[in-house]
Amino acid sequence: MTDQIFHDSATDRGHRAKWWTSRILIYGILLVWCFICLFPIYWTITTSFKMAPDVMKGNMVPWVDFTPKWLGWRSLGLSPDTIGNESTVRDEFLKRFYNSAVISVSASSLAVVLGSLAAYGLSRFSYRFGFMKNDDISFFFLSQLILPPVVLALPFLVLYKSLALLDTRIGLILLYTLTVLPIVIWIMRDQFGSIPTELEEAALVDGLSIWGAFLTIIMPIALPGMVAAFILSLVLTWNEYFFAALLTSTNAVTLPVMVASQTGSQGISWWSMAALSFAAILPLIVIGILLERFIIKGMAAGAIK
Amino acid sequence: MSGQGDLLHVVTADNITPARLRLSKAVVWGAAAILALVALLQALNANGQIDLGFTNWRPTLYAFILWSVALCWAQVLGKGEYGKRSLFVLPAALFVVSMVVFPLIFGLGIAFSDWNLASPTGRKFNGLDNIRQMWGDPFFWNALKNMVWYVLAILPEYAIAFGLALLLNAQIRARKFFRVAFLMPLMLSPVAVSWMIGKSMLEVRFGPISRLAREVGIDNPAFFSSPEIARFMIMAMDAWTYIPFMMIMILAGLQAIPKELTEAAKVDGAGSWRGFWEVTFPLMLPVSITAILIRIIFKLKLADIIINVTSGGPGGATDSVTSFIFREYRDRSNVGYGTLLAMVYLVIIVIAMTILMKLADRWMRPKF
Repeated sequence: MTDQIFHDSATDRGHRAKWWTSRILIYGILLVWCFICLFPIYWTITTSFKMAPDVMKGNMVPWVDFTPKWLGWRSLGLSPDTIGNESTVRDEFLKRFYNSAVISVSASSLAVVLGSLAAYGLSRFSYRFGFMKNDDISFFFLSQLILPPVVLALPFLVLYKSLALLDTRIGLILLYTLTVLPIVIWIMRDQFGSIPTELEEAALVDGLSIWGAFLTIIMPIALPGMVAAFILSLVLTWNEYFFAALLTSTNAVTLPVMVASQTGSQGISWWSMAALSFAAILPLIVIGILLERFIIKGMAAGAIK
Repeated sequence: MSGQGDLLHVVTADNITPARLRLSKAVVWGAAAILALVALLQALNANGQIDLGFTNWRPTLYAFILWSVALCWAQVLGKGEYGKRSLFVLPAALFVVSMVVFPLIFGLGIAFSDWNLASPTGRKFNGLDNIRQMWGDPFFWNALKNMVWYVLAILPEYAIAFGLALLLNAQIRARKFFRVAFLMPLMLSPVAVSWMIGKSMLEVRFGPISRLAREVGIDNPAFFSSPEIARFMIMAMDAWTYIPFMMIMILAGLQAIPKELTEAAKVDGAGSWRGFWEVTFPLMLPVSITAILIRIIFKLKLADIIINVTSGGPGGATDSVTSFIFREYRDRSNVGYGTLLAMVYLVIIVIAMTILMKLADRWMRPKF
């Protein structure tokens, strides 16, 4: 008696087949899109270890198609044998990297501080500045988002020239703070809106001042939102190119400007361009992998109301 | 969010003595007087009437910062508890006003003048000449027309983003991996992207995509020589960077939909196709519209990729308004004309966005 007694009926088997096709389809599309997203990054990493013949032959897979060489990284002064030595290329790169880091971190911190305070105030009290009430003030802040950078760029060029802020880090920090402030306020307003006011009421009854309640009770609760806002600002300011290209020339040049200025001049020496591009995007790739959930949280803040 | 009274009710017992009130007034007006005095001295110095040895306008900036601090301090002095509350919003408001409103007014002045930063003659008011020049500038109108195309490209981007969000919301394994992988393009700087994809992967001789195109049978793949293909390539690169952004917003919206609703639709006999169009999609409408509006705002700033990959070419076919003004300044360092173009662009954007937001408001209201 090897015959099976209990069978799936024909309709059920059809269902199974349908389930399998849908699975294959879903994972197929996901994998294809994954490839689209990750291939340029893979390409950049591998190209930075190639030499001229590898580039021309179109070799793709390291150790199989070609032997990785430190050529590209050496031209930046970042390969293992040159990283310890003083060299102009290395100092140049480190200076740009340092500029980018200082500018993006300070601008994001400043924006988070200013933006959280404003968002907290707007979510708790009713204000009246002249004719502007709370909703108008919120709209005033958020409307900065639609201001395209070109509108501010040229007036700022002239203003900064007369203020001697051209080509300084402070100048860029101020501008970047301005560009990310609306986003921070948007995220934080959402965040504070979801915290019940009873918390502060209890704190106030217990004798804390309103600033004391904000700093000791509300801030810790809103911290994840602040981190999300900070990281989102960090990504935007690290990548900013337009203002940096217009307002800096030698001292305060950031990494994107450095990458852009090298694209034309290098011709076919792709390995050094690839190394430079990859060094410029590496910090953000690391942040993206480690802090992905904060970024998603930050961006989702606007979506659900 | 608010509107009628404080959400947080605080009973305050402030007794502000008249002396304290006077002090607060004195602080604000004193600081304002210092600011006015410094500005006046600097103006005189700049005009050459007196020589105080100022080389730049920094002192006025410092005086302005002093005045701002004084204003914040005086709020607490003069208004007590209420002043402490306004201290939350005041710094940000002062910052934005001084960084946006003031430069905008200043920019309006520049927009109506002929000002070449490289030439020593300085600024000359030239009335409406810039507007006349703009009217006859085919490249500017071309750039505006391109912007319309670029904005329209958001619709396919949205469709792809929605599809990906649906897939990520489905029952899949390794969701976190896919989410991180899909997020990656958003983290990369547009300048790096323009080299990685625009300059190397699409390179005619050695780029992998060109190789692929040759394999497929296109003999002479040239991605940036014909206007339509070049524009499409720019759109594709920009889409590549920003699809994750819309995807995540839509995903957040999808996850906020209560499971009961979709299950109820299933029980009522809706297949997945009808269930999507009649339940999920209408529920997602507000989120979709928010995502698209924000994406439009970002799209209107599109410039980095264009500047670095094609610099507007071939023949201005890929120019966005921003990249056009950027080159206008780089090539001729004419601040006046560039600023006028930017101002016109701002006006167009504000009008278009207002109309769009009004329309969106109407669409978002539930119909049934």
